[in-house]
Amino acid sequence: MILKLQDYWAERGCIILQPYDMEMGAGTFHPATALRALGPEPWRCAYVQPSRRPSDGRYGENPNRLQHYYQFQVLLKPSPPDSQEVYLGSLKAIGLDPRKHDIRFVEDDWESPTLGAWGLGWEVWCDGMEVSQFTYFQQVGGIDCDPVSVEFTYGLERLAMYVQGVESIFDLDWDGVPKHNGGKTYGDVFLQAEREFSAYNFELANTETLMRHFADAEAECAKLLAAAPPASVPLPLPAYDQCMKASHLFNLLDARGVISVTERQAYIGRVRALAKACCEAWIESRRVSAPPAAQAAK
Amino acid sequence: MAELLLEILSEEIPARMQARAAQELRRLVTERLTGAGLAFSQARAFVTPRRLALVVDGLPKRQPDAVEEKKGPRLDAPVRAIEGFLKGHGLASIDAAEVRETDKGTFYFAVKRVKGQASAKVLPGVIAESIQALSWPKSMRWGETRFAWVRPLHGVLAVFDGRRLAGALELGNGAVLTFGNTTRGHRFLKPGKFRVTGFADYEAKLEQAKVILDPAKRRAAILKQARQKAARAKLELPDDPALLDEVTGLVEWPVVLLGRIEERFMDLPPEVLTTAMRAHQKYLALTDKDGNLAPRFLVVANMESADKGKAIAAGNERVLRARLADARFFWDQDRKQSLAARTPRLGDIVFHAKLGSLDEKIDRVQALAVEIAGYVPGADKDRVRSAARLAKADLVTGMVGEFPELQGIMGRYYALADGEHPEVADAIAEHYAPQGPGDACPGAPVSVAVALADKIDTLAAFFRIDEKPTGSRDPFALRRAALGVIRLIVENQVRLPLRRVVESAKGLIDHTLLKRGSQASLSRTVPGWGEIDTTVLAVLDFFADRLKVALRERGVRHDLIAAVFALGGEDDLVRLLARVEALGAFLGTDDGGHLLVAHQRAANIVRIEEKRDKTRYESADLSNGKLVQVEEKRLAIRIFNSESDAQEALAREDFTGAMAALANLRGPVDDFFDKVTVNTEDPDLRANRLRLLARIGETLNQVADFSKIEG
Repeated sequence: MILKLQDYWAERGCIILQPYDMEMGAGTFHPATALRALGPEPWRCAYVQPSRRPSDGRYGENPNRLQHYYQFQVLLKPSPPDSQEVYLGSLKAIGLDPRKHDIRFVEDDWESPTLGAWGLGWEVWCDGMEVSQFTYFQQVGGIDCDPVSVEFTYGLERLAMYVQGVESIFDLDWDGVPKHNGGKTYGDVFLQAEREFSAYNFELANTETLMRHFADAEAECAKLLAAAPPASVPLPLPAYDQCMKASHLFNLLDARGVISVTERQAYIGRVRALAKACCEAWIESRRVSAPPAAQAAK
Repeated sequence: MAELLLEILSEEIPARMQARAAQELRRLVTERLTGAGLAFSQARAFVTPRRLALVVDGLPKRQPDAVEEKKGPRLDAPVRAIEGFLKGHGLASIDAAEVRETDKGTFYFAVKRVKGQASAKVLPGVIAESIQALSWPKSMRWGETRFAWVRPLHGVLAVFDGRRLAGALELGNGAVLTFGNTTRGHRFLKPGKFRVTGFADYEAKLEQAKVILDPAKRRAAILKQARQKAARAKLELPDDPALLDEVTGLVEWPVVLLGRIEERFMDLPPEVLTTAMRAHQKYLALTDKDGNLAPRFLVVANMESADKGKAIAAGNERVLRARLADARFFWDQDRKQSLAARTPRLGDIVFHAKLGSLDEKIDRVQALAVEIAGYVPGADKDRVRSAARLAKADLVTGMVGEFPELQGIMGRYYALADGEHPEVADAIAEHYAPQGPGDACPGAPVSVAVALADKIDTLAAFFRIDEKPTGSRDPFALRRAALGVIRLIVENQVRLPLRRVVESAKGLIDHTLLKRGSQASLSRTVPGWGEIDTTVLAVLDFFADRLKVALRERGVRHDLIAAVFALGGEDDLVRLLARVEALGAFLGTDDGGHLLVAHQRAANIVRIEEKRDKTRYESADLSNGKLVQVEEKRLAIRIFNSESDAQEALAREDFTGAMAALANLRGPVDDFFDKVTVNTEDPDLRANRLRLLARIGETLNQVADFSKIEG
């Protein structure tokens, strides 16, 4: 399925990237989406990204919830006029023929308070099941997107469940090899991790350490953007790494249930401030260093 | 006469925005047509998930010719003024101006005859402007354009009198959308383009292309298919107009399919099943003849498939199965811990930054509910205490976390599972009610006490921190809470001394605020109330305002309401309403109407004479010794008797009796006006008679302020 999606999108001008090597709550956080959606340069990419959502863990007991799962992410900038058609083509490529199923675009506005980002679009339903998020980005880091990008996010496990017709994520056939020949299921690969990480996320993570790490990441991010000696210019990419780190630490703290509702708003505000500063620095850096073609595109 | 057909094709428009957008488009276009002098016979708007359409009938093919007249200077005005006028209106010489007589003298007029343009020249501008003016609750940009619309736009079909209109919509950044005479059918069933020449052709071709344009027809088609499916399964289709409207906005070509729910989920609470079906998946629930939920549902697909919807129905069944498996997981997990054991976690939920946590709110509600229970006959205080303590505990259960619509309802199930008394469980479920005019009002005593306490605490709390509703802004739904309190009191005839209860509520809130080091409160002295805390007064006034609105909506005359409220100091709503009702009935009688006229006459005379004499005629100064004529003596005696009868009746809260006592005044008052001259020569007698008249007003005012009543 991943290969088919990669082929499909590569044929449509997307560069195929690999997962970013950091914990993040959604594929949108990948700098290839979050930062590249800003500024005037055209950009098309597709990649798989593991997503970690500590509070979605269910100790492997819920057949539909995971604290770690995979998203396939596509970003097209600017959004083409036939965005819906090319998206539907990708469903066909993975075996969901829109003429045999009931595909629906159901209102769902997307917002990421920590990224300071929002967009309008839909959940795409296939026979009542959400198979993708389809979003036209309007702002990232509180900055208007111009031109506007369109983002497609596929929930890979859910799609695979649909295609394979299984009821539990953990029953997904991973390799197509029969069980008695040593074939592996999703559960064989990830069930233990789900149990252990759920316990860690909800019960065991040391909250004092997490809070300290959060503050460290926040400070490091600010330092990298300040352009004070020893760095001579702001470094938005390493700074943004720290921002993602802070965001994940916040998610862990949230799952541990140690953040009250009011504090929660304050934490979100702090991550958003980092994201905004990184985005601004990123745009500025591209303005200075972008190749002439991008300059001309303005 | 000719027809204009307009269609705006876009990506999927959210269902909730469709109806308003269609009406808005109709309004914007027809206003501009009228402004351009283009009359029409009718305009109809339609909407589907992908298109807004408008058809305007009976338009002329040309604008009528128009004459524009501008008045200029007088004939004898200075030359420069006349030259300026000519230049300003582009007139070559003074001969080009017309001379006209008016009542104010003779003036030059610039008269321009504007030839009407062909409608086909005017319409493109009307259409482009209307589209630009249409506003959405949320709009977006796409690609490199500057234009904002609800979702990306794909085409504007504009056909007038059978022909495509030449025009375009500017999207910014050089992009334009040229008007066409083609559109597309159903996204999957008939995606091809086709040309249309007018509305009848358009609607018919759309239907061939698997699109039912008219939402009313789509809705009827869904209902018809749904009823057929239900009948075939020997089941009933409960009415759900809101859900039907919503699914009408999700499909262009409705195909209703029947799905099954596995038996193993049927022991979940029915509300859980319907919420999972309705709110999340937009499925229609089915019931058996006795109204019990059946293990079947209907899904409205937007698709006809070769296998007659088998795969689609199976897919939807699977999605529902996953949702219900989730619900089953929460149902089993949640019952492992009692509600009582969950309440400490309410301390983590902020009610409002200044007003503390939900746990603190529950402390207040509990104390208040127990106090209120004393006024609610049959309310067991221990059960009220438990119900208040547990009322919000389901907010920290997994099920309510997943399905917030089930707050209260799950609390009832979990309370029953914990072995709580059924009255306690019901009160947990009902304490949010009534939430609106259509919502049922709780009647069970424990529910009433907790529902009142929750709402009165909310009102007093937000008024205490000065978060009152203003204009259309009411973020904490305080108007709804106040109306809820009024309904709970009135429909259950609860004799609640509101002032005392609101004072208690305010005291409890002060305690919460004190823990956060908040400021002291103020009080003032007000007629009717005496010395009263400003927050308490504001809450009572708010109740009075809401009650007035509620009564007006029920058709009670506003002047009767004003007449009773003017008495002031009344905080027993049941008594207040009984008074309004009795007053209305009394004024409907012959005696009542007569007495009102007499009151107005008496009051007028006293007012006029007081103004003339620059003095006040106080009834307290009335001297019985100076009553000489038999009619005035009889009137004075009758006033004395009526007054004491009315007072006695009022003490019994027998307002009808009090009014009847007043009715006895009618004869003597009429006789007095017939036979007695007020403005007599003798100043002493005159003053005394004026005092007697003043006394009539005071007597009547015991029951209501008659001066507020319009005759």
